[in-house]
Amino acid sequence: MKSRHKRIAIIVAGIALLAIAATLLLQSFQSNLVFFFSPTEVIQGKSPNQGNFRVGGLVVEGSVKRDGTKVAFQITDTANSMNVVFTGILPDLFKEGKGVVAQGTQGADGVFVADQVLAKHDENYMPPEAADALEKAQQYNANKAAGEDK
Amino acid sequence: MIPDIGHYALMIALIVATLQAVLPLAGLSSNNKKLFAFATPMARLQSLLIIIAFIILDYSFYINDFSILYVANTSNSNLPIIFRLAAIWGGHEGSILFWVTILAVWTLAVTFFAKELPLRFRSTLIAVMGLITVGFLLFILMTSNPFERLAFIPIDGRDLNPLLQDPGMVFHPPLLYMGYVGFSVAFAFAIAALLDGRLDVTWARWTRPWTTAAWVFLTLGIALGSRWAYYELGWGGWWFWDAVENASFMPWLIGTALIHSLAVTEKRDAFKSWTVLLSICAFSLSLLGTFIVRSGVLTSVHAFATDPSRGLFILVFLALVIGGALLLFALRAPTIGLGEKFDLLSRESLLLSNNVVLFTATGAVLLGTLYPLVIDAMGLGKISVGPPYFDVVFVAIMVPGIFLMGVGPIARWKKATVPELAGKLKWALAISIVSALLVPSVMGKLSLMIFVGLLMAFWVMSSVWVSVNTRLQAIPTGTLREKISSFGPAFNGMLLAHFGLAVFIVGVTMVKGYEQESDLVMKKGETKLINGYAFRFEGIKPLRGANYVAKQGQFYVSKDGQPVTLLTPEKRLYLAQRAVMTEASISVNPVRDIYVSLGEELEGEQKDTWSVRVYFKPFVQWIWLGCLLMGFGGILTMVDKRYRLTKVVK
Repeated sequence: MKSRHKRIAIIVAGIALLAIAATLLLQSFQSNLVFFFSPTEVIQGKSPNQGNFRVGGLVVEGSVKRDGTKVAFQITDTANSMNVVFTGILPDLFKEGKGVVAQGTQGADGVFVADQVLAKHDENYMPPEAADALEKAQQYNANKAAGEDK
Repeated sequence: MIPDIGHYALMIALIVATLQAVLPLAGLSSNNKKLFAFATPMARLQSLLIIIAFIILDYSFYINDFSILYVANTSNSNLPIIFRLAAIWGGHEGSILFWVTILAVWTLAVTFFAKELPLRFRSTLIAVMGLITVGFLLFILMTSNPFERLAFIPIDGRDLNPLLQDPGMVFHPPLLYMGYVGFSVAFAFAIAALLDGRLDVTWARWTRPWTTAAWVFLTLGIALGSRWAYYELGWGGWWFWDAVENASFMPWLIGTALIHSLAVTEKRDAFKSWTVLLSICAFSLSLLGTFIVRSGVLTSVHAFATDPSRGLFILVFLALVIGGALLLFALRAPTIGLGEKFDLLSRESLLLSNNVVLFTATGAVLLGTLYPLVIDAMGLGKISVGPPYFDVVFVAIMVPGIFLMGVGPIARWKKATVPELAGKLKWALAISIVSALLVPSVMGKLSLMIFVGLLMAFWVMSSVWVSVNTRLQAIPTGTLREKISSFGPAFNGMLLAHFGLAVFIVGVTMVKGYEQESDLVMKKGETKLINGYAFRFEGIKPLRGANYVAKQGQFYVSKDGQPVTLLTPEKRLYLAQRAVMTEASISVNPVRDIYVSLGEELEGEQKDTWSVRVYFKPFVQWIWLGCLLMGFGGILTMVDKRYRLTKVVK
């Protein structure tokens, strides 16, 4: 009888432990999800005011300005563009006019402070997020044009 | 002409592999022993044909036959020969052919080294491997023919991605694939056991060396890939929780659980269903990894642009294999039985907890890896899961597992008691705690993560020592040397692998806890002091490689006036693709790496001014040294005489 009680106690403790572990796991998972937005969505205010998110699109030609290891540039999805600053060394394939994804937070002044800049791995390849942003912008432009026609 | 032979070889291989799968299985269901005789010859013929196709494709790379689309896309006549030969696995079609070639190698190995298995079981085993081969050959022939020809032959190829032009490219994919595909043998063993209805201690003894072999390859392959990323990507990281890395890590975790559970099945005839389930999971995760990497759903160094029909094919194949295997498991598992009973505290129960921990860890990694893909596939937006999730969750799950790892090898089979374990381990625990506090006081910084990491590492190390001691005391007579030589390779291998994990944890903890990173702007002739080291930048030297031109920075590193090393990071321009690549320069040492990579030349200022990144990575080499030790531990356990097959009487 006693050993059966012990066994039940251990099983209950085990299940409780598992439940706590699962809760903590999912909580950590939730807080580490990083969402992606296009510059247009950011300007529309869809992105979070606090915390990390990603923006993607093309680097605007002629927008890259360097000051030591500080770099400022603009990301565009052809409909809208936004200012990004980054401190550090950019990836090899970061180029004006090419696709890019930046991860970071948006300051009160609207400038996106990136702590990570991802570029594509080879010449023929566009980060899917950047491609997605451009596609959305095309729709946005088309809708806008349709709206103006009316 | 020659490429066509390769294509035909694959088609004939498909037919032969179908026979290899169907005939023995028909024999099994009709109890017709004559049909079993087909398994081995068909398997050998099919393997030979696939290997011929592979050699023909690689030969086409060697002679720069750009009439083949795949060769034209991934190679270039200026590419050094060794990379031309390795470029065969630098793209989608070739790497799938490589996958199936490795499967052919494993199949051949089974036909030669598993001769002593009973005919019925061996034939079923080979038939299951044949089924997998059929799936992959169909995939190649229907969606990814590597021998596709071009109507207009280009003058030169588009070159291998410069990122892949590295010795790592020659060794990392073959080792990794040997591991991935090696789990197909364990899978085939499990399925054959379910079909045959035979699963006992002998079965576990047959399976163990094969599973360990796959695990060793996977361990070394992942470690090599990690080291390659460390020096090639130029960011000094060694693990990024990238979906493709996770895809190789999940089968490793389950494979680790599997080799432990197999040990219990072999020694105690317990955990039988569980072992079979793990075998199925390990290979399913290998297939899932192939799907993740090759379906084009990912942004990664490893992902090649592909078309959706391929992804769909792999997905259907995946569903068939995993679904079929699990269905068979559900139907047949009850006939296998659960196996011997054991006490609540025993080596069995501790190993079971270790399995639960590894399984949970795999689940956590799987969640973080698949969730973004599923969300994207359902059109709900693009998200990514930050590395902090993996870091925190993985460590939290693994800590109890590593604690148990110290207790397990010391506990008795069937029934262990707390006082006995505590008596043996109290000093180990005390020493671990003291050391885990001592090291940070020397390094000058203590945090919870550092303490926990070092505690785990020292705990495993001291537990290895206690294991040795316990074993020595159990042998009453003989000199120390005689006692030690009586241990047997399997025991030594286990200890070495555990010790390797401890070394690995030391590396991870020290790097995470004490690494230093600085981004600098440096002019020619300037000296900067970082971490007690003086870096003098002596400007840039132009350089010419076989297929690239480079600017090479000259950094003289000294400490207290004593020269330490000259570091020469490069910025390369690969000519065929006009692609720029950063090559880091690293000074390696057992206790620290100094890592320098060039940023870009800053315009508008003085000439020869560059942004430069400098890292100090304490004990980073221990990470890969630990993996190497784990691999050697695995090899040791395989050579144990107990697994040498002897003729089985039918």
